[in-house]
Amino acid sequence: MTLTGFAQAVYVLAAVLFVLSLAGLSRQESARRGNLLGMVGMALALAATVALALDTSQRPAAVTGALIAVVLLIGLAVGVWRARSVEMTQMPELIAILHSFVGAAAVLVGYGSYLTEPGADTVHLVEVFLGVLIGAVTFTGSVVAYLKLSARISSAPLTLPARNLLNLAMLVVSALLMVWFLASASVVPLLLMTLVALALGWHLVASIGGGDMPVVVSMLNSYSGWAAAAAGFMLGNDLLIVTGALVGASGAILSYLMCRAMNRSFVSVILGGFGAAEGTAASGGDVTGEHREVSAEDVAAMLRDARSVVITPGYGMAVAKAQYPVAQLVARLREGGTQVRFGVHPVAGRLPGHMNVLLAEAKVPYDIVLEMDEINDDLASTDVVLVIGANDTVNPAALEDPGSPIAGMPVLRVWEARQVVVFKRSMATGYAGVQNPLFFRENTAMLFGDAREQTERIVAAL
Amino acid sequence: MTTIGIPREAAAGQRLVAGTPATVGRLRALGYDVLVERGAGERASYADDAYAESGARLVEADDAWGADVVTCVDAPPDDRVASLRDGAVLVTMLAPAARPERVEALRARSVTALALDAVPRISRAQSLDVLSTLSNVAGYRAVVEAAQAYGGMFGGQVTAAGKTAPAKVFVIGAGVAGLAAIGAADSLGAEVRAFDVRPEVAEQIESMGAQFVRAPAAQQQVSADGYASALSDDQERATAEVYARESAAADVVITTALVRGTAPTTITAEMVAAMRPGSVVVDLAASGGGNCEATVPGETVVTANGVTVVGWTDLAGRLPRHTSQLFGTNVVHLLELLTPAKDGVLVLDLEDPVQRGMTVTHAGSTLWPPPAVAVSAAPAAAAAPAGPSADELAERRRAEEARAASRRKVRDALLVVAAVALTLAVAAAPGAFVGHLTVFVLAVFVGYYVISNVTHALHTPLMAQTNAISGIILVGALLQIGSDDWLVTLLACVAATLASINVFGGFLVANRMIRMFRRDA
Repeated sequence: MTLTGFAQAVYVLAAVLFVLSLAGLSRQESARRGNLLGMVGMALALAATVALALDTSQRPAAVTGALIAVVLLIGLAVGVWRARSVEMTQMPELIAILHSFVGAAAVLVGYGSYLTEPGADTVHLVEVFLGVLIGAVTFTGSVVAYLKLSARISSAPLTLPARNLLNLAMLVVSALLMVWFLASASVVPLLLMTLVALALGWHLVASIGGGDMPVVVSMLNSYSGWAAAAAGFMLGNDLLIVTGALVGASGAILSYLMCRAMNRSFVSVILGGFGAAEGTAASGGDVTGEHREVSAEDVAAMLRDARSVVITPGYGMAVAKAQYPVAQLVARLREGGTQVRFGVHPVAGRLPGHMNVLLAEAKVPYDIVLEMDEINDDLASTDVVLVIGANDTVNPAALEDPGSPIAGMPVLRVWEARQVVVFKRSMATGYAGVQNPLFFRENTAMLFGDAREQTERIVAAL
Repeated sequence: MTTIGIPREAAAGQRLVAGTPATVGRLRALGYDVLVERGAGERASYADDAYAESGARLVEADDAWGADVVTCVDAPPDDRVASLRDGAVLVTMLAPAARPERVEALRARSVTALALDAVPRISRAQSLDVLSTLSNVAGYRAVVEAAQAYGGMFGGQVTAAGKTAPAKVFVIGAGVAGLAAIGAADSLGAEVRAFDVRPEVAEQIESMGAQFVRAPAAQQQVSADGYASALSDDQERATAEVYARESAAADVVITTALVRGTAPTTITAEMVAAMRPGSVVVDLAASGGGNCEATVPGETVVTANGVTVVGWTDLAGRLPRHTSQLFGTNVVHLLELLTPAKDGVLVLDLEDPVQRGMTVTHAGSTLWPPPAVAVSAAPAAAAAPAGPSADELAERRRAEEARAASRRKVRDALLVVAAVALTLAVAAAPGAFVGHLTVFVLAVFVGYYVISNVTHALHTPLMAQTNAISGIILVGALLQIGSDDWLVTLLACVAATLASINVFGGFLVANRMIRMFRRDA
């Protein structure tokens, strides 16, 4: 039995562990085991790889070993530091920047593979070319997503004229460069393509607005998987292929779910520009009326009399970091025997499942945090609904106004409840730039101000 | 400082009061000085001390009636109109259409009279509409009266001694009172059926827990002001059939048809005669003469065949505590509207359709009746005629389907071409590649099925975990580090560092998140 054969066997084991790991994440009860299985799989794969790398090293094994130890130590230190210090509200940014690392690694591995195998056949050249292409797009796309999510650049979509043609042109140029690359096997077209792909990734994400970030982040998650798979093809490594395919499929499904939750096609999200100034004038301008304002004390009185309460959080809750007082409020109400549940819309927040993580962080039990489909039919028999920092996801126009830009998007039917309280900074429109007729309903009351402070005042009044 | 007077109601049987300790506090917050007549809240169980605690001044009757703003439930008797201050503001239920001589008396005293029962039926005025308030309470109380008069339990019971069926309740009219009655009867466990000539209220009826009785021939379109309008002869006959059929099957009939103070007949004497002994009819329209021919307004009678007909005209007053609280809150909402600066200075804006609609007399002139207000009670019906007709819609849908079908064909053709091209490309590729491709395709499908099961709540940890796993590219980078080309080693070192941050960071952060999820202890 050779070391290579042994490593292959370990890789098979690691691949199986990865599949089990993702399967374990399907439920909260088994999620910890899933996480652990993934770590074990990764540890096995890395151990086998280090052994193999030392064995096949073209340099003294000690040098190679030292280099490996150094890079792993750096990775460990940085990784642990980030994982420990990141705040849950910043999770979208962290995920985005991690994607960019995979993209960058794929580009570098692609170049390495190209350099170590001069005179390779066409199939290998195609693999290298595609691997670098996907990696580069993932890299800059994720960097832009990171910058937008961390508010280092404006999250408004960049709308260059003829932006779709621009994307298409970059793809066409890349295809032509591939023909050149295959014919010459020279490094020049590869470098040129890398620049084009970097620009493409940048522009692709820059033209998508902040509210579509759940889709973008899951799409980049998918790309990072495909980048790993492409690297696997280059290196002839099945473990990379399997893992990349798993991750790629995972991100693709998440993007699909997000798009469905917004009733928009994947293509329309990717083409971007949604939520730009042109969208606001389109419709919804004629919805006006008078809203009723209440104070935190009034809301406390409503809650005291309510038997069932549903809270629908949105990105605004994350921005105001209101999850802790909200959790306190929930605990207080539940002590008093009130039934309290959460209704989470699939695209609430800037990451799939973002709200769930924030609420879990504030120690809200996950079995009272329900999905939109689970809670929607119960809303009609709910006494009070608190809408905290959500807007488009509770907009009745989506169901009632066929002319609305968000028409057909599934929404939480909060207006069916006896009383709705909307926590909001002002009467401004939501991300989609659509006015929300919910605010003018008879059973809706508006509570203006910072969601965190207002929630704290309600808790105090209780 | 502007004073608001809350006198004790003049009528002996009136248990309500126009302000409670809670609403007095809110009026004071608007900047008013509140004068409450001693004993004003006594019949609604609000003690004088409670008013005093919330900041009201307790005064004698004449002082309360002599305030700058006087608010009461029923219109004041003539001697009290005389004791109003010249130019005072009177906020009460006036029935201006029915009592023109009272309007004239108020005008002569140049009183600004605001009729709480003349609030325009538009959405934003809902919070000051006392008729809604009173109807709501009356609907609830109607069910309580019915339950008392009915000789059985509303909710079905299953006991060791056998079981009883739930009471069958039939509600006529799904206005505010009807819906409240439906809700109350449903929560007592009765089986509730309800009918209304306006078919669009079906959804509201069903949302309150009742079954909507459908009778297309009897039902009409919505009228522009949100009230049901008079019926044609054909509809009249068809509704009578519905009433006869439903009332004969019901244990309790609650009828709430009161259109602008008048009560059309819904339940005839024959229908009552056809009801089972022990059944109950509660007539919420008794004040307007009654929907039921057997109703005696103000009394409860038992017919020859043993049917109890409840004709109380003071159903809302029979729950004085909460009715007063809600009524008082309506008054507070009105004064909030009239006091835009919250400084205790009352400003009447006759440009505002709500304020204009309620103002009966002002500065010595009669402003009743007000100009018609565009009503938002029926937005759906108003918009419908402007939209495309059903035929046009069907046509449009057909065209849409045809386009979709042709798109599907194109897409299928493209898929076939792609599959063939891919197959040919794979066939031409070297064997090792085909092996990898097989693994790849299978892994995509495994991933698809595994990930589809992941609950939405865990999608963020899932992304962190997949992030860590996609750091597996580290394997590729590590194998390149040993290359004898320093450039390759350098590239590989950078790649491996980045990928290992991913691996360690991703797993740890996923772990940190997953540990936060805890069940309800």
